[in-house]
Amino acid sequence: MSITYLEAIRAAQGKALADDPRVFIYGQDVGAFGGAFKATKNLSQEFPGRVLDAPISEDAIVGAAIGAAVAGMRPIVEMQFADFSTIGFNQIVNHAGAYHWRTNVPCPITIRLPGGGTSGGGPFHSQSLEAIYAHFPGVVVMTPATVEDAYSMLLDAVAIDDPVIFFEHKFLYYHLKAEKLPTEAMPTGKARIARPGRDMTIVAYSAMVHEALAAAEELAAERVEIEVVDLRTVKPLDTDTIMASVARTGRLLCVGEAWPYGGVTAEVLARVATEGFDLLDAPPQRLNAKDTPVPYHPTLWAAHRPTARSIAVAARNLLRL
Amino acid sequence: MVQSVVERSVPVEDAPLRAEYIKAFRGMLLARVLDDKFASLYRGGKIHGGVYLGRGQEALSVSVGLALRPGDVFAPLIRDGAGRLAFGESILDAVRTYLGSVLGPMRARDGNVHRGRPLTGLLPMLSHLGAMVPVVNGVLLGHRFKGIRETVGATCLGEGGTSTGAFHEALNQAAVEQLPLVLVIANNQYAYSTPSSRQFACHSLVDKAIGYGVRGHSLEGNDLEACLTVVGDAVARARRGEGPQLVVARLLRLCGHGEHDDASYIDPALKSAPFARDCLRLAEERVLAAGWMSPREVELWRAECVQKVEEAVAQVQREPGPDPYAEDWCALASRHLSEGYHGA
Ligand SMILES: Cc1ncc(C[n+]2csc(CCOP(=O)(O)OP(=O)(O)O)c2C)c(N)n1
Repeated sequence: MSITYLEAIRAAQGKALADDPRVFIYGQDVGAFGGAFKATKNLSQEFPGRVLDAPISEDAIVGAAIGAAVAGMRPIVEMQFADFSTIGFNQIVNHAGAYHWRTNVPCPITIRLPGGGTSGGGPFHSQSLEAIYAHFPGVVVMTPATVEDAYSMLLDAVAIDDPVIFFEHKFLYYHLKAEKLPTEAMPTGKARIARPGRDMTIVAYSAMVHEALAAAEELAAERVEIEVVDLRTVKPLDTDTIMASVARTGRLLCVGEAWPYGGVTAEVLARVATEGFDLLDAPPQRLNAKDTPVPYHPTLWAAHRPTARSIAVAARNLLRL
Repeated sequence: MVQSVVERSVPVEDAPLRAEYIKAFRGMLLARVLDDKFASLYRGGKIHGGVYLGRGQEALSVSVGLALRPGDVFAPLIRDGAGRLAFGESILDAVRTYLGSVLGPMRARDGNVHRGRPLTGLLPMLSHLGAMVPVVNGVLLGHRFKGIRETVGATCLGEGGTSTGAFHEALNQAAVEQLPLVLVIANNQYAYSTPSSRQFACHSLVDKAIGYGVRGHSLEGNDLEACLTVVGDAVARARRGEGPQLVVARLLRLCGHGEHDDASYIDPALKSAPFARDCLRLAEERVLAAGWMSPREVELWRAECVQKVEEAVAQVQREPGPDPYAEDWCALASRHLSEGYHGA
């Protein structure tokens, strides 16, 4: 038996609903239909009255989740696409993010953002918005890259007493498979060494972990050993693991599918440059999507975001510096 | 029969109104006294940031607070000092928040009208207008999930707040879920300097109710009896399971947007409209004319209000302000997930 990243997300929600009566799911088409990607398939039948179809009102969906959380519930919000979470942005960053700090009352909501590019998605069904959420205080931002993490981190997200942005990558939904669901997991907030190596560190997260691993495999044939760090959460950012890896390799390339201005890769580079400058044998580098909206056509899309090939090119360039 | 006794006696059908009216009038007066104190503290430079008063809106606001009961949820807005007090907020909470005391509910992290105690049902407002409506919906959904019955959620907005997407999304959401939401709109003719004619083009905001499939109520917001009756009816209907209620009151803001604002933009013609008369003065005239309170009782209550407010201010002025070195600078409830990284 094998289980996909998407099935792991569904299974985690099923477990959360079964284990905790405070949990409910709220989002567009999540009820009998089972969600646009089927991430809530059968859950409304298994848990009657606890998986609610919402009107197309992202602002009100998140607002209601905040109110329900204050009333003692543990809502899981499904955004149909990460891109539409911008309509709920105000409630997420200003209200939920500041709630505990202002009132001393926790605001435990999980907001699932199916994001990232897939071929044919185009400008408004492909975005990677982790950085804008991470920019605000008071939120945790998860970017699981594996089936195991998709499952265990989503369970963690529901248990955490703060608003959690759960950025799940649509490209991984069906592509990624595991033998079984995990019974134990690394703690939230800790990055993972996805592949050990001593010549260079590539820091990545979400779908880019797999592109980075493929690039590392390609360079292994050239006798270059690349260490790949999977951030798992971009906030908190596990600077310790990054720094320890850079201490071993002396070279850093950070890869993100999001746009270059500001963002996670910029943050990683800034921290390493300011706190680990002496660990570096070469200027730290980063690779991001191009600074345009995400193109629709597969040929353009493949050139817009980092791929194993472009990562390998960047890695070779960095080795020459 | 002795004349004075006749004068103080009340027709049987007036008895419930009388008690409620007097209670409301007292609450309005307390709120006005508190607001006046904030205004004078502001002018004296004792308050950091803005001061936002509810002058002229006390009748409407107090009626919301009085119609609610423990277990209900209330998200007051900018001009709801009277409603807050009637719902049970203490004078101290208000003063501490305005003066930045660490002992206040917001611990000097947030100020002025952005205060509340969520666990007692008093939600602290987000500045973003309209944003509290879906949050009240969410609390009511939470109550439904938990099997808590017959609670009501109320929140207030100005007419300007009805132009937001949040208002639309949330009123529709409440209607879809048939939540016991009471949404009270104070059409005080101006949103900051913007007149209603630049805010909406429908004849009356209450006409929106039918579009959302909710019951609409309209009234003159300076008539305390009307406020008590109409808001009371709306809350009772929500409590009975009749779904969301939209209450639209017409009145005039009798102060600047904030105390920094002289409101020179207000059309003088509006000031002489019947709905522009001060609700507090009208209520006082009514309690005196009906003999529900004597002039002396009113003056005693006014003096008592002043004393309560002065005592609270004197106490809070002796309280500590925030200490940046004692502040934990941690935005998360899950402390173990806080990086503690502040970029320096
Ligand atoms: C979404 C949003 N935009 C702008 C503001 C700035 N602002 C604060 S109060 C106000 C006017 C509000 O008018 P109204 O809703 O009619 O309430 P009133 O002040 O008249 O009671 C504005 C524009 C805000 N708080 N929220």
